[in-house]
Amino acid sequence: MRSAIRFAFAGFALAALIGAAHAADTPNPPADAAAFKKFFTDKFPKVKLEDFVNGPYSMDEGLHRQWEEKEQFPPYEFSVDMGKEMFSKPFKNGKSYANCFPNQGIGIRQDYPYFDLKEGKVVTLELALNRCREANGEPPFSYVRDEMAALTAYMAFTSRGKPFDIKIPDDPRALAAYQNGKQYFYTRRGQLNFSCATCHVQSPGERIRAEVLAPALGILNAMPIYRSEWSGMGTTSRRFTTCNTQIRGVPLNPQDDEYRDLEYYLSYVSNGLPISGPGARP
Amino acid sequence: MRHNAIRALVCSTSIILLIAGAASALAAGSEDDFKAAYAAAEAANKEAGSLRNQWTTTAATLAAAKKAAAEGNFDAAVASSKEAEALAKASIFQATSEKTLWKDMEIR
Repeated sequence: MRSAIRFAFAGFALAALIGAAHAADTPNPPADAAAFKKFFTDKFPKVKLEDFVNGPYSMDEGLHRQWEEKEQFPPYEFSVDMGKEMFSKPFKNGKSYANCFPNQGIGIRQDYPYFDLKEGKVVTLELALNRCREANGEPPFSYVRDEMAALTAYMAFTSRGKPFDIKIPDDPRALAAYQNGKQYFYTRRGQLNFSCATCHVQSPGERIRAEVLAPALGILNAMPIYRSEWSGMGTTSRRFTTCNTQIRGVPLNPQDDEYRDLEYYLSYVSNGLPISGPGARP
Repeated sequence: MRHNAIRALVCSTSIILLIAGAASALAAGSEDDFKAAYAAAEAANKEAGSLRNQWTTTAATLAAAKKAAAEGNFDAAVASSKEAEALAKASIFQATSEKTLWKDMEIR
């Protein structure tokens, strides 16, 4: 009798353990976002939550002073101007970008990427811009070049200060996309065996060669960015593919599912932080 | 006497083995050797591609192998092919093990 009770108790404990392990593996985006913010605010108690969007400038006082001076004549200004001009110029069919977006495309950066229930996939702002062009008979832009950077710079500029508001609809495909993006973020790849998290979770504020690494929290709020290292503007696609190359991994194609999902995950965990793009980085 | 004979036998065997080893290491790689080694490396890199985890160094080493072969240097071409195969296999191992290991790094 006693051994039967012991056996039943052991079985119950095992079931509870399996249940707990299963619960730990079940995607829980709100809990992830809370843990993500807690990790960074605990690690950098002096940095205000909204300051994380300023990347390395929030980590280093000297860099922060340089940035304040730089912001008086921001290097991305020409790109915002170019984007504004492109945005207002009608396509050959007479329509414009404004016809493709809610609120004529003004002040909406914080809502991208979103999960398209019809397509069953994540749609980023860069993808939506090219789809708009193609729907109006225009050729798509390269995802890593100046034209795309200019359009997204202008759209980010009109959205400055608005908090990221990424939604995960009640659809298993949306949750799967979020989870896929999370897995990509933490997966080591390339000959250097780095994941995104190696630099942007384990080592923000540390130097990698001459650069100060940015925290993952708020890292996409500043996109697109002018990088002094590139002597030009860079889109989110450019940032992702370049990161992969730097760790000696062959990058995927811009806007492949993995990158779209990664953007979805990283944007979601930064919900509530303000859009600060376009940004400038060393 | 017997002891000396055994020692001589061991010494001569060792020398033969050393010479054989050196000879095989120095043996000139043929075009066929290169083709076989390159095909194996390419197959492994293709598998890494299906796992979405190719390395830039694998591609560069495959290109080096091809260049050496085009110059008729099959020793170098075979060596580069084997190195590329090892790199590709390492990238496959990485992709496979990371399917579960990524969770260790997750912020919870």
